Formats: sequence, C-alpha cells, structure tokens
Amino acid sequence: MAKKQVVSATINGNATEFLCEPRQTLLEALRDNLDLTGTKEGCSNGNCGACTVLLDGHPVVSCLVLAMEAEGAEVTTIEGIAPSEGLDPIQQAFLENAALQCGICTPGFIVATKALLDTNPSPTENEVRFALANNLCRCTGYDKIVRAVLDAAERRKASV
Amino acid sequence: MHEFEYVAPRSLADAVAVLSRLNGQAKPLAGGTDLIDQMRMGRYQPGTVVDLKKIPELVRLELSSAGLRLGAAVPCRVINEHPAIASDYSALKDSTHIIGGIQIQNRASVGGNLCNSGPAADSSPSLIALGAVCVVTGPKGTRDVPVEQFCTGPGKNVLQPGELLVELKFPSPAANSGSAYERFIPRYEMDIAVVGVGASVTLDAAGETIISARIGLGAVGPTPIDATSAAALLVGKSATRETLELAAEAARGLATPIDDMRGTVEFRKHATGVLVRRVLETAIQRAKGLA
Ligand SMILES: Cc1cc2nc3c(=O)[nH]c(=O)nc-3n(C[C@H](O)[C@H](O)[C@H](O)COP(=O)(O)OP(=O)(O)OC[C@H]3O[C@@H](n4cnc5c(N)ncnc54)[C@H](O)[C@@H]3O)c2cc1C
Ligand code: FES
Ligand code: FES
Repeated sequence: MAKKQVVSATINGNATEFLCEPRQTLLEALRDNLDLTGTKEGCSNGNCGACTVLLDGHPVVSCLVLAMEAEGAEVTTIEGIAPSEGLDPIQQAFLENAALQCGICTPGFIVATKALLDTNPSPTENEVRFALANNLCRCTGYDKIVRAVLDAAERRKASV
Repeated sequence: MHEFEYVAPRSLADAVAVLSRLNGQAKPLAGGTDLIDQMRMGRYQPGTVVDLKKIPELVRLELSSAGLRLGAAVPCRVINEHPAIASDYSALKDSTHIIGGIQIQNRASVGGNLCNSGPAADSSPSLIALGAVCVVTGPKGTRDVPVEQFCTGPGKNVLQPGELLVELKFPSPAANSGSAYERFIPRYEMDIAVVGVGASVTLDAAGETIISARIGLGAVGPTPIDATSAAALLVGKSATRETLELAAEAARGLATPIDDMRGTVEFRKHATGVLVRRVLETAIQRAKGLA
C-alpha cells in the first residue's frame, strides 16, 4: 500500500488533519476516513452531482477530486450547511416544497444551491436550471427542486 | 483506483524534472475531470500523478496589449467569468461555458481539454478559430506548437514523455473582429458534442467586407479540424448569407465524421454546414458590436 499521507484542511470551518492514501478521492476520504457520510456517492464519474461539496467556496464533484488536493483548502459539505440549531433556509425550503423523495441527490442539490444563492441571490428559473444541470434526480422530476430553490432565495432575502 | 504517488511541484522546473525522471510513468493532473475517471476505469495507471495547479505559470491568466496568455490549468469558470474574455475572445467564453455543468467548470481546464485530445473537445475549435499557440516545455526546452498541429489522433498529441503544456498564447483581437462557438447536442447541457464549430471573423472598418476568418471543426474527424480552405473563401467578400453558405458548403466537404450512437455521417456533415453558417453569423454580429 502506498504510504498514507497527512492532509490538513479546513472542513466545515474546523481545522482538520486526516490520513489518506493518494489514490483516495475526496469523496472517499470524507465518507470513509472522516465519517462525513452526508455527501453521497452516485455515479463516481462526475455526472450525477450527488457528491457535490464546496472547495474554497466553489461547488465541485468530490468523486473527481483527490483527497490530497484538499491540502490547505476549505471544504464545505452538507454537514456544514445547517446552523447549530435548526435548518438552513435552503433545507427548510426543500422540505416544505417536497423537493425530495429518496433523498440521495438532496445533499448535492443543497450544496450546489448554496453556492448558487451565495453568488446570485435572485436567480431566474432558467439560471437555477442551468446552475443545477450537473445534479441528477431520479425521483422528483426536478420541478419541485427548482421551486424549492426559488423559494429558498425568497426566504434568504426575508431573513436578512 | 490503483495505487499511485501524488506530487504537487511548485515550479515548472520541478514539474519537468519529475515528469522526465519518471519518463512516461507519470501523468499530469489539472482539473482531473478526465484523468481521475480514466484512472478509475483502469485506462491509465500512472505510478505518479503530478498536480500542476501549484505552478504559477499554469494558473495564470494575463491580458495585455500582446494578447492573452492562458495558463493550461486555469479552470473554465475563471475563464468564462472574465469580462475581457467575453468581449475579446468570445469563442473561448462560449466553449468554457458549456463544458459540463458548474461543478465541472470549477475544475476542468482548457489545457486538460486539449491534452486529453478528444475529437469532440469543446474548446479545440475555439482555440483554432482564435489562432492559439501552445507553449510546451520539457527536458529539451520550450517550443511553440500552433494549436491546429497539437492533436494527432483520438487521445493522441505531440507531447513527448516529460513534456507538458504550460500555456496557450492568443494574439490580441483585431479591430472589428468577433468570434463564437456552438455545438449540436440533443439536450441543452451536459452532453458530448455531435458537431462543434468555432469561428472568428475580422471585418473592414465599414463592417461590410470580411478581411480574414478562421474556422475550427470538432467531432467530425479523428482530431479537431482547421478548416482553412473553407475560411479562405470568405476573404474579400461581403458578409452576406450567400458568402457564408460558400464556407458552410466547403466545411461540409472537410468533415470526415464517423457513424455512432450520437449521429450518422450524413447528419454530422449536414449539421457541420448549418453550424458553420450560424457561428459565422454570430461572429459577424459580434464583430459589428451587435451581439
Ligand atoms: C460530467 C462531465 C461532463 C463533461 N462535459 C464536457 C463537455 O461538455 N465538453 C468537453 O469538451 N468535455 C467535457 N468533459 C470532459 C472534461 O471535463 C474536459 O475534457 C476537461 O476540459 C478536462 O480538463 P481537466 O483540467 O479536468 O483535465 P485532466 O483530467 O486533469 O487532464 C486531462 C488529460 O490531459 C493531461 N494533462 C492535463 N493538463 C496537462 C498539461 N498542462 N500538460 C500535459 N498534459 C496535461 C492529463 O494527464 C490527462 O491525460 C466532461 C467531463 C465530465 C466528468
Ligand atoms: S458521485 Fe460524484 S458526480 Fe456522481
Ligand atoms: S430524491 Fe431520489 S434521486 Fe432525487
């Protein structure tokens, strides 16, 4: 086995050191080494978006990132989205708009939505669909997800 | 994935040293959106992965009066969010805006797109249209390769063991010029081009006569195609639909596509003509400052 390496990164705001093999993806390290199993594995080839996390603030598919690449980086996973009490407005909007069924795509959608709304607080429906094109859902038919994202945008504006 | 070592050199010299020492047993890593999947599928099993993203020359994007210097590992998002690239190198913005979705654009680089050398790569026709030159560095020094000579076959290019693509150099845009890229896919996003066309056009000061043009074709041959002979038909002619049809017809003749699940030979040739005309129209509109 190739020697394990130490990676130092800020994960969900916490300075974290973890051991990984160079061949591990960030997705594998998060789930298997750090027990952050909120990030899901769907396709493992970059197409489904279930494994979306923020790397230095930008959404990426963690199945196509090597864990070693996280050295010195800031990583935000679904576990880092909710405040210590309650839910993030995006999560609340997904719940109330019934934007999930089986739920495996949901963490990826919520993380991607967070990135979208942080840069574009009032997206049009088209912009939402474009921004979420890299996230697949086999259950909902997308419409409720798009509505939840538009609703989340309103909720975020109301709460500031 | 198979076992490998990971290194992230901080200088070009260190990267060349490690790549040449390992002589073909190492693979450069830019955004990893091709490479990591290819390693998972067992297509490549390099002993060492050399991350290029800590090398200053590879992540630099520099605009000056001399033109654009685009580091090979700069991700698509940084390119397509750049206002000066949108206005002066529109075809490059178009390409980098449709590669994958947002998550892919945050990682995927134009250098990786080119070095992966897929015939359907969405940036290649734009690089041809914009007259890009590849700066390649290796153990024997640095050389310039015109982008239309870079790819030599599906998945193959001119890079020798130990060499890497450092950056792409683009001339500064001429006055009254414009460029565009479009692809045909059966859906709106997240698909592989059935045909891709990039073009650039320079008009005279009156905005009527075409002074020069370049056309690049993707997904209709084993490598991206520099449709020089089609573009030459435009020179000195007025920018009318009839003129553009001449180039479209010639480009159809240059396409040597294959039949596959995404399109037949017949369809791909037809779509090549349609897209060449459309992309030229957009480039002309942009040259006139209208789009
Ligand atoms: C979900 C998904 C959607 C996609 N959609 C598209 C699309 O719409 N259009 C499209 O064209 N492509 C698409 N791709 C393919 C891929 O994202 C692009 O080809 C991308 O530009 C590759 O860049 P990268 O930086 O990720 O390259 P990497 O994967 O890091 O590298 C690609 C190859 O080039 C080599 N390499 C990289 N940089 C250099 C260098 N500087 N010098 C020498 N060799 C180098 C690597 O060793 C490797 O062999 C998609 C991929 C995925 C997973
Ligand atoms: S698991 Fe990463 S994109 Fe599907
Ligand atoms: S809720 Fe099941 S895949 Fe989206």
